[in-house]
Amino acid sequence: MLQIADKKFSSRLFTGTGKFSSSSLMKEALLASESELVTVALKRVDVEDTQDDILRHLQHERINLLPNTSGVRTAKEAVFAAQLSREALETNWVKLEIHPDPKYLLPDPLETLNAAEELVKLGFVVMPYIHADPVLCKRLEEVGVQSVMPLGAPIGSNKGLKTQDFLEIIIDQSNVPVIVDAGIGAPSHAAFAMELGADAVLVNTAIAVSQHPVEMAKAFKMAVTAGRMAYEAKLAPVVHKKAEASSPLTSFLN
Amino acid sequence: MRNFKSVFDTYNWDKTLESIFVKTEHDVLRALGNSKHDLEDFKALISPAAKPYLEQMAQLSRQLTKKRFGNTIQMYSPMYLSNECQNICTYCGFSMTNKIPRRTLTDAEILKEVAYIKSKGYDHILLVTGEANKIVGVDYINNALQLIRSQFANITIEVQPLLQDEYELLIESGLYAVLVYQETYHRDEYKKHHPKGKKSNFDFRLDTPDRLGKAGIHKIGLGTLFGLEDWRADSFFTALHLKYLQKTYWKTKYSISFPRLRPHSGGLEPKVEMTDPDLVQLICAFRLLDEDVELSISTRESEIFRNNIVNLGITSISAESKTNPGGYAVAPESLEQFEISDERPTEEITEMLKAQGLDVVWKDWSNNWG
Repeated sequence: MLQIADKKFSSRLFTGTGKFSSSSLMKEALLASESELVTVALKRVDVEDTQDDILRHLQHERINLLPNTSGVRTAKEAVFAAQLSREALETNWVKLEIHPDPKYLLPDPLETLNAAEELVKLGFVVMPYIHADPVLCKRLEEVGVQSVMPLGAPIGSNKGLKTQDFLEIIIDQSNVPVIVDAGIGAPSHAAFAMELGADAVLVNTAIAVSQHPVEMAKAFKMAVTAGRMAYEAKLAPVVHKKAEASSPLTSFLN
Repeated sequence: MRNFKSVFDTYNWDKTLESIFVKTEHDVLRALGNSKHDLEDFKALISPAAKPYLEQMAQLSRQLTKKRFGNTIQMYSPMYLSNECQNICTYCGFSMTNKIPRRTLTDAEILKEVAYIKSKGYDHILLVTGEANKIVGVDYINNALQLIRSQFANITIEVQPLLQDEYELLIESGLYAVLVYQETYHRDEYKKHHPKGKKSNFDFRLDTPDRLGKAGIHKIGLGTLFGLEDWRADSFFTALHLKYLQKTYWKTKYSISFPRLRPHSGGLEPKVEMTDPDLVQLICAFRLLDEDVELSISTRESEIFRNNIVNLGITSISAESKTNPGGYAVAPESLEQFEISDERPTEEITEMLKAQGLDVVWKDWSNNWG
């Protein structure tokens, strides 16, 4: 079981809610994924309306909402958005996203660190979306975030784990759960992240934009389970080609 | 500090046009094969040589749009606040010399219009005025913003170009985006179409997006009015402008609109015709140039065109638009700026979008975030 703050999760597949062709299809896919933590963009929902189309479709006993601050550009805006969502959605969980760059949606490390520190002080369970920066992860851990969410590749790119080397360092060093977010475009990418030792993955575009989102959600569910199982079973070591020195170093023994 | 004018002044209209028309099938194929597209690729994609490859462009455009924006489309509604105008523009029904009844909405009238627009579900609104600084200057616009701020997630304006500090004031009052179309990047033709009024200052208009970028606006919308000059050259300069702005004001989002000259009170026949296939080619070329730029289509276009273009690259549309101040609820019969083509009610448009597998997004911002 994965534990973040006071919650335990039997599924290590977290999902997003954007880009689906309808809210009903979104719900069907999320239920098929068996995901228990679903991130929702505050900018897309009317937090004051309990009958908001997206929120209404996310009302399910298994689904925990993870409001995200996508769209904010500064720490100040992020703190404000988080407070608004805590009040309206009655959750102190927040996926902290600060990207001043609207094109690639790359997270701002300085604003994110500042906002995380402030939000932790205000009692939030903070899950920051960040670049795969091992030092930043440790700094965030020090200010009290409950997990880190480094990106695998640019958001929405479906390119897989382009940041593998840095993710491995982060996973190796982290004292909080590491959730690989952004860039995961195929179930094989998700399985690979889990094999590396990630605690969970967050997937949105790859499911929402596939031809059959419900089937793809199931495929991701199985891939994440398989990847985690493989990690726990310890992968067999990679056998490297036998070394053949041009001048044998041990020939003197003969 | 560098501004777009300094970039623009290094280009020559005629040579630019020629460089588009000399593009060959080979250039087009190379552009289609590239994973990233630069401005030379863009020239190839809008050139006559690309016409036989329209289907391929459309397929690519659809794929890229779906990857970046998913199966969604945003809805917005324009609201005309005033048809007062001190400019002469040869193509516009609001032009100063047109003897039409003038109206500027009062606070009560604005709220009445807003109530109608809200009843249709809109959360993104576009406020439009003519250019009449004394009647609808920055104070009037600021008052309108403050009046309606709490009712919309996202407020955009399309008004006269303003100064940087004026934009800063409006951003403080909740302004999210500004649309400012150059109309044409052909300096001489621009002058012919804008012989009188503040709008006749080509350079002031050209540098408006720079002032907006410096003011820290969230989104800038660019475009030209197709029909005034050659659409290919105008579109190249729009793309050049876009690329310059993206690199200079990297925190700002951008959108492109594609208005074609429509009938209006006063009547100017398009000098250059832009056909439906031309417009599809251009929309696809912009999507290939930039995966992330928002592409918008208004009710100027026909039902058939809009039904089909929403799946080829467009990311936001309006519906049921009125182009006269008070047109929704206050004075529905007053004279419009131009005639709209797609007159279907909002409900019919959203049903059409849903039938095409698109989720209709009404809200994509929060008005109280910075």
